[in-house]
Amino acid sequence: MAEKGIRIRGLKKRYGSGDTAVDALKKVDMTVTPGEVVGLIGPSGSGKSTLLKCLGAVIEPTGGQMVLGDHIIYDDGWKVKDLRALRRDRIGFVFQAPYLIPFLDVTDNVALPAMLAGSPNSDARKRAMDLLQALDVGHRAKAMPTQLSGGEQQRVSIARGLVNRPPVILADEPTAPLDSERAMAVIRILNNMAQKFETAIIVVTHDEKIIPTFKRIYHIRDGVTYEEKGKGRAFE
Amino acid sequence: MISLAGRDILHTWGKFIFTGFGLGLLIGVTLIMAGVYRGMVDDAKVLMDNSGADLWVVQKDTLGPYAESSSIYDDLWRGISIMTGVARAANVTYLTMQVRHGDRDVRAMVSGIAAGGPGLPGWPPYLVSGRQITRGHYEAVADIATGFRLGDSIQIRRNQFTVVGLTRRMVSSGGDPMIFIPLKDAQEAQFLKDSYAIRQQRRRTAENPAFNRPGVPGLLDAVIASQSVNPFVNAVLVQVENGHRPEDIAQQIRKWKRLTVYTRPQMERILIGKLIATSSKQIGMFLVILAVVSAAIVAFIIYTLTLGKIREIAVLKLIGTTNRTIAFMILQQAVALGGIGFVVGKIAATFSAPFFPKYVLLEPLDSVSGFIAVVLICIISSIIAIRAALKVDPAEAIGG
Repeated sequence: MAEKGIRIRGLKKRYGSGDTAVDALKKVDMTVTPGEVVGLIGPSGSGKSTLLKCLGAVIEPTGGQMVLGDHIIYDDGWKVKDLRALRRDRIGFVFQAPYLIPFLDVTDNVALPAMLAGSPNSDARKRAMDLLQALDVGHRAKAMPTQLSGGEQQRVSIARGLVNRPPVILADEPTAPLDSERAMAVIRILNNMAQKFETAIIVVTHDEKIIPTFKRIYHIRDGVTYEEKGKGRAFE
Repeated sequence: MISLAGRDILHTWGKFIFTGFGLGLLIGVTLIMAGVYRGMVDDAKVLMDNSGADLWVVQKDTLGPYAESSSIYDDLWRGISIMTGVARAANVTYLTMQVRHGDRDVRAMVSGIAAGGPGLPGWPPYLVSGRQITRGHYEAVADIATGFRLGDSIQIRRNQFTVVGLTRRMVSSGGDPMIFIPLKDAQEAQFLKDSYAIRQQRRRTAENPAFNRPGVPGLLDAVIASQSVNPFVNAVLVQVENGHRPEDIAQQIRKWKRLTVYTRPQMERILIGKLIATSSKQIGMFLVILAVVSAAIVAFIIYTLTLGKIREIAVLKLIGTTNRTIAFMILQQAVALGGIGFVVGKIAATFSAPFFPKYVLLEPLDSVSGFIAVVLICIISSIIAIRAALKVDPAEAIGG
């Protein structure tokens, strides 16, 4: 049974204090339901990365509320003791560059978060293999990251983000280094995976070519989010 | 859970092997230094063991015959040999000198041994070829390390000696190979002057009015005659009869002969504690420096390798890897590097030891201690890299 996506209410983040304080996030409201892929768009310095880091439990917000599924994870303070376990078990990450571990082969790169979560190696590898096949890179399972193309690396990175079946995936400009064709392929995969695993996916992007593919878009400007209904035409 | 350190090492095995090889040569030098010290200690013990003595009788208040010069009359052994509890006593001389061998000089310790045959203190206890000295003059038994062969002729001062026997591991406390010659020849070699010097000495004696007095016609000849013989040896080596304590015999000799006597434990303390003390401190300093340099190299390499993986470490942290796992990964790599280095060092030391001019004794226990030291150094050296890795913010994996 999938959890109920992610809900954010009035999230704030202030860096520094006194005269030098900077309000990176002033009021962020966002809801992403399971199986949905939403875009998060904004100019440089608008607070996109700060929001992603707050959502990823990497930095602590200074106010507001974050609910992941049925669990309040932040409400004017962390409500979860082990943030590392939270990231490992309930949040998946897909980065701008794939950042695969260069000394692990494709299978182990994908299986690693599952192994870290305590799954036996054989189970973790089986789940990794299933995901790799679902993402059409099963044939590269034994390859090292440097032997993959950019698109393949990004698909492996997506598989790694999904291996623990997290209710939320945070994708930080996942199509930036890819050409149009590969970028569209990655977005198609994210949509498919979101529906297949009922995962809520937030895609931070600048990429003009993929923006029309989102059904819903959150714009962020000066630390405040605005929702816009997207066209979502590519996958309708 | 898979071994992250093992996978990283396999992935960059070339870098690890080459780095480990370089570190290994340094560890090899460290093991050799320890081996040189052990060799010096062994040389000192071999010298004592091969002398076959239980007691060393030397000039009063000296640390002779190895650590200081000692000179005693060559007839003292007679009185010592008849003392209760003394099995055998024999004179001995030691003279370190350059011995001519063909076109080259060989540094050797020439030992004069009293007539009497094998088993007498001071004689080489065994031969590897040839025979022991049987004639009273101009025969020699040489350690094989001198390079002499049977039948070779050795020039010691003005006299020629024929090598009649070869022995092995007969060395001075300084590691110089030994040459055994008859005692009378050795006494002559120690004090014999050349003809010009003898004429000079006789002229000076004759010109001295104290020795050349008109009223005492035989005095000058008597003085000159006394100057042409050498009645001294460096020590008397004593073997104690079974059932007697060497310390008791030593006490008797000290009491009645007014000489200094050392037992084996005392001589061992002199040879190891005094004679090679400075050298061992020197080697100890080198060992400390080499250990510090090794630690610095390991620390630098591991730190550099870790800095090269900062992004990967950030990703690992972001996806939930514990600090303990990351620290253990770096620690394993440091220990693996040390392990590779130790194996290379041990092999290098084992194969290069025979080529060193001095005896290098590689003790298994030193190797074990060395391995433990290498592991400890690697663990300590990895701390800087571990600190750097633990400071990595998982947020670095996310852009912005």
